Amino acid sequence: MATTLNINGKDETIDAAPGTPLLWVLRDHLKMTGTKFGCGVAQCGACTVHVDGAPTRSCITAHDSLDGAKVTTIEGVQGRAADAIREVWVKNDVPQCGYCQSGQIMAATALLAENSSPSDEDIDAAMSGNICRCATYMSIRRAIKEAAS
Amino acid sequence: MFLHDIGIIPGGKKTDAVGKDALSITNLSRRGFVVGSSLFVVGVALAGCSSYEEPKIDPDAIDLPEAGPSPLTEVKGGDATPALWIAIEEDGTVKITCHRSEMGQQVWTSMAQIVADELEADWDKVQIVQAEGHERYGDQNTDGSRSVRYNFHRLRLAGAAMRQMLTEAAAVYWKMQPSECSASQGLVSNNQNSDTLSYGNLAKLAARLQVPGEADITVKDPKDWRYINKEIPSLTIPLITRGEGTFGIDVDKPGMVYAVIARPPQLFGRTGAVRDADTLAVPGVLQTVKLPDAKPPALFQALGGVAVVAEDTWAAIQGRNALEVDWIDGPNAGYDSEAFAEQMQQTAKRSGTVRRKRGNIASGLSSAANRIEAEYYAPHLSQSPMEPPAATAQWDGDKLECWACVQDPQATRQTLSDLLKIDKENITVNATWLGGAFGRKSKPDFVVEAALIAKEVGKPVKVTWTREDEVRHGYYHSVSAQRLEAGMDGNGKCTSYLHRTVFPPIASTFVPGMDVPTDGEMGLGATDVPFAMPNLQVESGNAKGHLRIGWLRSVSNIYHAFAVQSFAAEMAHAAGRDQKEYLLELIGDARTIDPGDEGATYPNYDASIEEYPIETARLTNVVNMAADMAKWGRDLPSGHGLGIAVHRSFLSYIATVIEVAVSPDGSMTIPGIWLALDAGTVINPRHAKAQMEGGTIYGLSNALFGEITAKKGAVVQENFPSWRVLRMGEAPRAFEVEIVKSNSAPAGVGEPATPPAAPALTNAIFNATGHRIRKLPIIGASGSKLSLPAKETA
Repeated sequence: MATTLNINGKDETIDAAPGTPLLWVLRDHLKMTGTKFGCGVAQCGACTVHVDGAPTRSCITAHDSLDGAKVTTIEGVQGRAADAIREVWVKNDVPQCGYCQSGQIMAATALLAENSSPSDEDIDAAMSGNICRCATYMSIRRAIKEAAS
Repeated sequence: MFLHDIGIIPGGKKTDAVGKDALSITNLSRRGFVVGSSLFVVGVALAGCSSYEEPKIDPDAIDLPEAGPSPLTEVKGGDATPALWIAIEEDGTVKITCHRSEMGQQVWTSMAQIVADELEADWDKVQIVQAEGHERYGDQNTDGSRSVRYNFHRLRLAGAAMRQMLTEAAAVYWKMQPSECSASQGLVSNNQNSDTLSYGNLAKLAARLQVPGEADITVKDPKDWRYINKEIPSLTIPLITRGEGTFGIDVDKPGMVYAVIARPPQLFGRTGAVRDADTLAVPGVLQTVKLPDAKPPALFQALGGVAVVAEDTWAAIQGRNALEVDWIDGPNAGYDSEAFAEQMQQTAKRSGTVRRKRGNIASGLSSAANRIEAEYYAPHLSQSPMEPPAATAQWDGDKLECWACVQDPQATRQTLSDLLKIDKENITVNATWLGGAFGRKSKPDFVVEAALIAKEVGKPVKVTWTREDEVRHGYYHSVSAQRLEAGMDGNGKCTSYLHRTVFPPIASTFVPGMDVPTDGEMGLGATDVPFAMPNLQVESGNAKGHLRIGWLRSVSNIYHAFAVQSFAAEMAHAAGRDQKEYLLELIGDARTIDPGDEGATYPNYDASIEEYPIETARLTNVVNMAADMAKWGRDLPSGHGLGIAVHRSFLSYIATVIEVAVSPDGSMTIPGIWLALDAGTVINPRHAKAQMEGGTIYGLSNALFGEITAKKGAVVQENFPSWRVLRMGEAPRAFEVEIVKSNSAPAGVGEPATPPAAPALTNAIFNATGHRIRKLPIIGASGSKLSLPAKETA
């Protein structure tokens, strides 16, 4: 049964099995591979997207539960917070391999949109769900603070 | 090597682009630098001059003698022929081929910095072409922290040769001497009148000139470097921030189907009866494919099992969940890592095979005024890059093309040829971006799986490993047990040092029954110990492998540095001395060390010991630097401790100081880390610093939380968090890196920060609490704090 999803401001008709997580709809059906698979069990944050602005783990979110919601992915995220995060990410060469960084950017953007001057504790709370095996954590912390200032 | 051998003659086969933007793969011609032929004229307004219109060069109108073959095909490091590495297009775009795999170490950027600097290219015009796996590029095994070391010399030559040929082309056009022209930032200038010709305009003419020999090439003086040793921004990161760029898991081919595999829980377990009715009933599942059972030795074989092929990855995973397979026990069914640890510890108590010997250890120990001994244990680990293994394979008759996140596309091609019994010329392997690798993606077993399934299915197939697959079916970092013993004189000075190390060698993955630690692994922190005492002996004990054992970032250096640098601090404590001062005393006077002089067979990371000696002065220097950065010896709050460790690996020298803060209940934070790196010539200090942070945290993650265990031959851990890794909230608050300014030959940066991390941490914990940790992990998957027993010290 086809479902219609609003992704990055555009309505997309999805023909995937009921219960298929948004992650695989984005990646395999819509070929939007910016959103990454890391664990499949909401433990690593690589699959983070925004649903109505809130950071959401797309790997455990059934696509057909999102009727009427606005989904934003790394390919489409924009606005003041997203622009500021992208700018400091590039300026400071924050990513290494980059694989987890879509999720990191989505989480950091949501944090900054909510909280314009996050403390270390705020950053820990918002970002500890996003694993980076290259360990860009210190760079991310510095960059979020720079983006906020 | 000739054009027809390497299949890059103009008009020959074009491989598909693996990605977007700068990722396109183009043909490479030794003679033709340029694709396309549209006429154009560039107008350049020069400051202080009237408008100068650059003439369009018609290279065919210029008579030139036929050029001979390139004299640069066999320089140090391999082929430096410019056309192999550089293609300049008419619009001035400089396409630089990167033959190493990009996995976050910024090798695209560093290789381009070397070539573009010598070429005098305009950085804004530089694009990267990712090379497919082919011998024409020389070594492509992106492993061992050696991309720069192996290629620095020849890529400088390639860039400089190209610059000289462009300069010569301009001289030919202007009918003057090359010495009367100069190349800078994509333009060649006429020194007599300030006229210029752009590289894009000159490229076709330059392509017809003779490639100069090495003796006739002038590389830049380091003081004139524009890009080398500069903090040039990454070429990949702007793409990453937009979700662009293609990782192995992102590959998409028309008509492609998706597969996941149910693999036998044990290495060399076999597939028995398969009941797939429920699987085939899952919407989207297309079919199942039984894969051949793996047989020893493991090599890079597929592990066997049953593939579930579906219309999307999720359906394949659901189908696998519904699958019932009777797994048949194999030869590793009895493997229990806890019992095996006990066995290895017993082996470490007995005399082993002597691998390096100085003086007389037995008499040295027996005559010592004071003796200490300690045993250390470190478990199996999983590399766990954030991108799990993923590969796409497509057959066209007898021809096979693969796209995968592989560290070594040449070994991948060879493996496919060996295991699928097809001619290598019929195989194309495209390396994508790697979402982290850490040694896991040196093993192309997952590409073999994709090729086997695609052959059966008759469509392009993408195999994705789930995180559970990655954690449970990996090539694990080896488990190890070690015992160290020292004798000291009446002043606490160490006179005798015995190190015995026991671990299943990586060779057990490749040679059936192989249980002897290899010279290579022994040379990663054991036989290359830089200590100066009169009696020294390094021994190994044998251990069999029961899982696939493989490389993991810095390999045996991890457990060896943990034991050796912990023991150095234990000796300092026994002698009542400061850790840092005692460490410097152990290292001793400034000298070079060749373990080969003391009976070791020491590979020195495949480098000559003359070019890259073990230099104790460099160790001492980084120890002093890191200690100064951390203000070693300062007053610390209660519960805080500083710990230090130093280690040479991958030909680099790193000292790390860690500060811990431990509460009385055992909860711990890391307020700061200070690291000093001497890697000789560093191409990009900013990216080297990132590797220092990353390598250190990787080591701390393993030391604090990392442990892979096995029962009945099967790995127990499944996913995050039973396989636990360090998160943002556990990262240090401050991390400072200093890099030694050096023009010495370049050494590694990707791996060498990992080994000193664990002992610097456990030494800090000792100084904070008096508790000595000799068994890793420190906290484990389910813990939240240190378990602090009664203090060992008075």
